[in-house]
Amino acid sequence: MDAEDEHSNSMMEEIYSNGGEESTRSRPIISGEQLDVEAYASLYQGRTKITRLMFIADHCDNASMQMEALRMAYDEIKKGENTQLFREVVKKIDGRLGPNYTMDEGWCDSVDRRAEQRKEKLENELNAYRTNLIKESIRMGYNDFGDFYYAHGALGDAFKSYVRTRDYCTTSKHIIHMCMSAILVSIEMGQFTHVTSYVSKAEQTPEALEPVTIAKLRCAAGLAHLESKKYKLAARKFLEVAPDLGNSYNEVIAAQDVATYGGLCALASFDRAELKSKVIDNVNFRNFLELVPEVRELINDFYSSRYASCLDYLGNLKANLLLDIHLHDHVETLYDQIRNKALIQYTHPFVSVDLHMMANAFKTTVAGLEKELEALITDNQIQARIDSHNKILYARHADQRNATFQRVLQTGKEFDQDVRAMLLRANLLKHEYNLRASRKL
Amino acid sequence: MQSVENLVTQIQGLSSIAADVAALHNHLKAAEDMLRSESTRLLSFLEQLDPSKHSLGYLYFLEPCMYGSITKEQANTLVPVIARFLTSCAAEQIRLASEKFITLCKRFKDQVMLLEAPIRGVGPMLTAVRKIQPSTEHLTTLHPEFLQLCLSAKCYKTGLSVLEDDIYEINQPRDFFLYCYYGGMIFIGQKRFRKALELLHNVVTAPMSTINAIAVEAYKKYILVSLIHHGQFSISLPKYTSSAAQRNLKNFCQPYIELANTYNNGKVAELETYIRSNREKFESDNNLGLVKQVVSSMYKRNIQRLTQTYLTLSLQDIASTVQLNSPKEAEMHVLQMIQDGEIFATINQKDGMVRFLEDPEQYKTCEMIEHIDSSIQRIMALSKKLTAMDELMSCDPLYLAKAGRERQRFDFDDFDPVPQKFTI
Repeated sequence: MDAEDEHSNSMMEEIYSNGGEESTRSRPIISGEQLDVEAYASLYQGRTKITRLMFIADHCDNASMQMEALRMAYDEIKKGENTQLFREVVKKIDGRLGPNYTMDEGWCDSVDRRAEQRKEKLENELNAYRTNLIKESIRMGYNDFGDFYYAHGALGDAFKSYVRTRDYCTTSKHIIHMCMSAILVSIEMGQFTHVTSYVSKAEQTPEALEPVTIAKLRCAAGLAHLESKKYKLAARKFLEVAPDLGNSYNEVIAAQDVATYGGLCALASFDRAELKSKVIDNVNFRNFLELVPEVRELINDFYSSRYASCLDYLGNLKANLLLDIHLHDHVETLYDQIRNKALIQYTHPFVSVDLHMMANAFKTTVAGLEKELEALITDNQIQARIDSHNKILYARHADQRNATFQRVLQTGKEFDQDVRAMLLRANLLKHEYNLRASRKL
Repeated sequence: MQSVENLVTQIQGLSSIAADVAALHNHLKAAEDMLRSESTRLLSFLEQLDPSKHSLGYLYFLEPCMYGSITKEQANTLVPVIARFLTSCAAEQIRLASEKFITLCKRFKDQVMLLEAPIRGVGPMLTAVRKIQPSTEHLTTLHPEFLQLCLSAKCYKTGLSVLEDDIYEINQPRDFFLYCYYGGMIFIGQKRFRKALELLHNVVTAPMSTINAIAVEAYKKYILVSLIHHGQFSISLPKYTSSAAQRNLKNFCQPYIELANTYNNGKVAELETYIRSNREKFESDNNLGLVKQVVSSMYKRNIQRLTQTYLTLSLQDIASTVQLNSPKEAEMHVLQMIQDGEIFATINQKDGMVRFLEDPEQYKTCEMIEHIDSSIQRIMALSKKLTAMDELMSCDPLYLAKAGRERQRFDFDDFDPVPQKFTI
């Protein structure tokens, strides 16, 4: 009991101290600064690096950042063989980056020509394998085809080729390879239903999976849930990712992303107990959180009810999160949910709350807070009523007895009405029946 | 061939006991054609008959007088005669010739309408309804006629006395449709929207093979009343609604359904512009008054919602959230709602604050207990009726024949396995 009291006392202090102390407790919030595109891009490799860079270029309104992103995308594409993407980027750059970053027809043609030759060679090889009916070789052939298409940006064909290898898989290792390739391509295509199905296929293989593979699968599943707005499931998947992941999956997701995605989804969807047991006390996930200290801080702030600083962190992170290819569509919803959760949690333990104090804690005006609370009360998420005159929020305890009486009378009335209407209809039907019978006679 | 004079004496002689009345009925039936040909003279003979004693004969004499077109002057003389007959006639005699009685009443109604004095017909018609009803559960053809008179005369309260009986027995669906429609209108006039909704709902969901105009009009009013009373309207009709109604009603009531959609958005301004642009449609349906009530109900609904979230709120804030022009207007609305018992609140005029209170009903008073008790009694009676009906249905030969045909003829369970044991 004592411990609990102490806890609540300290919490009270926190709440009171929330408003004023903020200025003294100024922590450096790194992510508030402009996104360092180069550092960001270095987290990833392969196609996702390019698509992420292009996404940033499309969605940011800072011209220098946009150019920076496009420049890096250009360089990155030049290393690969995707002429289609190359043309796109050149079109976007539109000569703004000087003569070094213009259309390179020569490069395109040579890449295309080489691709043509390689394709022919692959086709010949595959046909030879198929006539010889060597399973392993056929699988390899299709797999090469998949890799080839993937490199050249024909994602649909790549997906088909990878899936085709399935009939020729002999060991579970092959199956997992097939699944991982299919998942990679599906994520690139944004086909997250495929992702879920291939994740479950990979998880069903009889042999024990390597820890890294498991971690990768968890990431993919988490992304799929995130995309379908099932934030709670997404959070669970991200939280299960083992630290073995490291940089091994950076063609899809960086370890930092796991922390951010998982942390935000968990904040938006978990209750207090779950947050404590699954996020804060989670040793595995702590490793990820160390990579993104802002997210770690804001989760801790949320848990220890320092909402102002938590919302501060969130606000600072927002601009960068909006540039994230996966989180972009969900930032607003997640933020709203987190804010609502914070409001609900704040009011929960009290019988009455001073709105001035609460507005201070949430860094908003009393009028704005009133509107937010009103929405939550109407939604029946907070059981309370607002005393707008004295600016106090009173908790409201529903009178069970009265409510029961009310409901009983209501139900009685409805039953009465329904039965009478039914009897009437039955009589009308009977009449109709009689009418028809008499007509027959 | 009898003369009219003879008939009069017969009527006078044969009106006292039931057997004689039956014989008289036969005589009168035989003389019907003659009476019709003599219709111009009949009125003068009526003075020799007493409407309370010789009701059947009186009816047969009176009825032919109503044929053909009737001028205002004639109506002026006829109406009091019929009114007197209706109030004083003997119920058991007129029930022998109920159809004649009903036509008489209908003509009577036409005449009072012709005289533009519907109120003169209300009283006599009410007694007529009561006399021809075998029990209060029966719906007669006179019911809708009577209610229509009440509506034209604006005597809503008189209409209520008939409407408060529960009706179960129906002879003509048309009567039922009209009865519910007019009844709904009377309840709307009395602002008893719950009952109105119930009656209109009955019309809309009644079994019908083809859509009819009454149902369409009723559905329009149903939408409006539902918005006024519940503050919402769901487009889907219950499962038991006839397919004809489900298919067609919506097409006939498009402006009303759009009105309901606009209402659901919760913006008063939008609702008002919509109504303004469709004003003539509502006007031509004679529903403009109800539509206006829908608008004011929206203000009420919004204020009521505030009581759920606020303990105190300034009139200024109420005005701005409910989109009223001034705090003064908001005060009027709140005051009206407090008066009508729709919200529980006090207004502090000094600070311009409204304090919302909880529902003071504690369900502890004697009245409340009596009310609950009566509800229980009522529902028990109702469920008894339901059981009786169910039993009746399961004994009905027509139903059994139909149900039997649908079931497999030789069900294995039909054979009783017990006797086999005894054969061993």
